[in-house]
Amino acid sequence: MHLRDSESDAIFRSEVREWLRGAVASMPTPPSPDDWPGRRSYDAKWQRMLFDAGYAGINWPAEHGGRGATPTEHLIFLEESAAAKAPDVGVGFVGQMHAGPTIIAEGTDAQKSHHLRGILTGDHVWCQGFSEPGSGSDLASLRTRAFRDGDDYVVSGQKIWTSHAVAADYCEMLVRTDPNELKHKGISWLIMPMDLPGIDVRPLVTVHGSTEFAELFLDEVRVPVANLVGDENDGWRVANVTLSFERGTGFVGELLDTTNVFQELIQYSKASSRNGKTIWDDDSIRREVGIIGADLDALWAFTKRNVSQGARGGMVMGSGSGFKVAFATTQHRLGDLALRVLDRASLSMDDLGGEPTGELVHSKLHAFAISLGGGTTQIQQNIIAERVLGLPRER
Amino acid sequence: MDLQPTDDQAALVEMITAFAADRFSIETVRSFGEQGGFDRSRWAELAALGTFGISVPEEQGGVGLHFIDAVLVHEALGASLVPGPLVAATLASGVIDGVIDGTVVPCIINVGSEGPLLVENFRSSDVLLIIDDQGVGLARCDDATGVDIGHPTDPTTPVTILDSLPKTERIGDSDLARAWRRRGSLLASAQLAGNSAGSTKLAVEYAKEREQFGRPIGSFQGLKHLLADSWIRTEMARSSVWAAGVTIDEPEVGSIDRAIAGARLTSARAATENAKTCVQVHGGMGFTWEVDAHLFLKRAWVLETQFGSIDDAAEDVADLYATR
Ligand SMILES: Cc1cc2nc3c(=O)[nH]c(=O)nc-3n(C[C@H](O)[C@H](O)[C@H](O)COP(=O)(O)OP(=O)(O)OC[C@H]3O[C@@H](n4cnc5c(N)ncnc54)[C@H](O)[C@@H]3O)c2cc1C
Repeated sequence: MHLRDSESDAIFRSEVREWLRGAVASMPTPPSPDDWPGRRSYDAKWQRMLFDAGYAGINWPAEHGGRGATPTEHLIFLEESAAAKAPDVGVGFVGQMHAGPTIIAEGTDAQKSHHLRGILTGDHVWCQGFSEPGSGSDLASLRTRAFRDGDDYVVSGQKIWTSHAVAADYCEMLVRTDPNELKHKGISWLIMPMDLPGIDVRPLVTVHGSTEFAELFLDEVRVPVANLVGDENDGWRVANVTLSFERGTGFVGELLDTTNVFQELIQYSKASSRNGKTIWDDDSIRREVGIIGADLDALWAFTKRNVSQGARGGMVMGSGSGFKVAFATTQHRLGDLALRVLDRASLSMDDLGGEPTGELVHSKLHAFAISLGGGTTQIQQNIIAERVLGLPRER
Repeated sequence: MDLQPTDDQAALVEMITAFAADRFSIETVRSFGEQGGFDRSRWAELAALGTFGISVPEEQGGVGLHFIDAVLVHEALGASLVPGPLVAATLASGVIDGVIDGTVVPCIINVGSEGPLLVENFRSSDVLLIIDDQGVGLARCDDATGVDIGHPTDPTTPVTILDSLPKTERIGDSDLARAWRRRGSLLASAQLAGNSAGSTKLAVEYAKEREQFGRPIGSFQGLKHLLADSWIRTEMARSSVWAAGVTIDEPEVGSIDRAIAGARLTSARAATENAKTCVQVHGGMGFTWEVDAHLFLKRAWVLETQFGSIDDAAEDVADLYATR
């Protein structure tokens, strides 16, 4: 086992570092969270720079326009990006991490040539229309209907929690094409252009007070049959093929953010006083910092194990679920400590006195996005109990 | 970077695990805790596998592997509750003659905190190693007197209170003391990580067998989530223990002290929490002497005190983050 870079990884790291230094310096200041046109063009600008430098789709196969980097190189790229304070994937998330890989694995040649480049250049923004008001954890119970009518599917129903929908050009959608089949079997995976008639996007305000996600109301939207990815009624499997794309790097960006917030909390508690001494002088605060710091280091090591396993060609069963639960737990624990340290400063979501106090409050709220989004903590625990530990199913 | 065991390392772990299952059955583990129960020939068998000299250079009689390999071996030993002064023997191999092949059995005391001079496995040992800030000292056990604890909390870890520290022969300076404290702490953490996996395995097996309300108790979500959390804690512990082991071998990759203190925190939590879950999952059986659940819990309590307390480890991690 090793933690040091191999010779070629060390070269890759220094190349990336060198490039990032110049590239990051040329970026403008980021827009505010509710400025969707601004966010779109900011993220697209960065993505274009990555594309031109050959870093777009870093983990995508070279034959599909990616760099074909190893999982380890991908991790190095993300580490260096964070160190350089480079923009993150932003509204490119669904396209680059999910829709693109799905089309690579299951799409037709026409779909590949129409969509992959736009994702890589940052020109096309995607969103994910999987969840519905009645179908969250039990996603396979989804009810948005798609009837075949000539060369179109006519889609009606409702999607919810669709991140970045306001800015998106395309939506990867799960729809029910056969209501008479068992629930996992009547589902299909469709590419829905967001400018089709019959789509109503209504932004939802999150706990942060910003419009990160939206509801989609779909009223007889005519999606061409040519936009079906995989076979009709095989959409459940198609939705899961991206799992084989997962090489342990899925949460690296989030983990880097959390590590930065943790450092800010330490600096803040050293700089702030209460009862005549700094907050840092309080043993109980310091010990809690130590436990969270140990958890963050463990999460980094866990990531490196998963990436190492990914480099060998696949993930260990449950390791993604286990990481996600542990990460959400740590993120919540860090947020709880932040509120304790902030005390009355936590009443403001805006930064106070030039300190990152508002950012710390946001970070506490963001912990819920991790413990809820993408399969809740409880659902991950079910997966581990049944598929890793082999405990009997409940029903 | 590659933080998953190689095929050779996986084979090593499998070999130790199979040996422990065969030669250190739970009856044997329990008998080691009884007065005079320490079985020297069994200990020599363990030594003959290369267990203690795993990371000692070949020219000194060891196996010549890296420290991470010793860490993996201790994790496997911890999962099977293998008893005896495993950490002391690993530290002293290659330094004190006869330890590596099991003919000389060492025990250890890390002087620093106040309170009684508690030593584990003292009566089974030939030599006593004393670590303090100045260095490492060696004494013959015969030169020290003490009182045996009648009811050691962990029934498989006999404990003696020394009347006083004997005179020692200095075998190493403060650098060796620091190295042994770090390595000793990490080897104990590796056993804790293994312990956490061992108690989870025991609990999962029981949850599949035992039925209530007409179905296996493992089908109840209340237990499923407890056990899933146990598994996650073990994976977290393993991750930080392995990273710390590699950091000892490759010091340029990060702070050794932070990695070791962090590994102690995650592994102690995994072992103590998972063993508690194991007792709880066993119901009334878990409260009995006969079922092994309490042995995991009590061994975890012993290991988590070795080479510093949990609170010290937490403060170390915090300070090392803050001064980065
Ligand atoms: C920030 C954020 C972004 C998101 N972005 C998207 C997106 O872009 N596209 C998209 O399609 N979806 C998105 N989602 C939706 C997300 O996938 C769902 O919220 C999630 O799967 C949970 O579904 P639900 O909200 O319906 O909760 P429910 O399924 O109703 O769950 C409510 C509670 O019940 C628990 N529960 C449910 N079933 C079980 C069970 N079997 N065992 C134990 N407990 C159970 C859950 O853990 C939870 O605590 C996003 C969510 C968030 C928070």
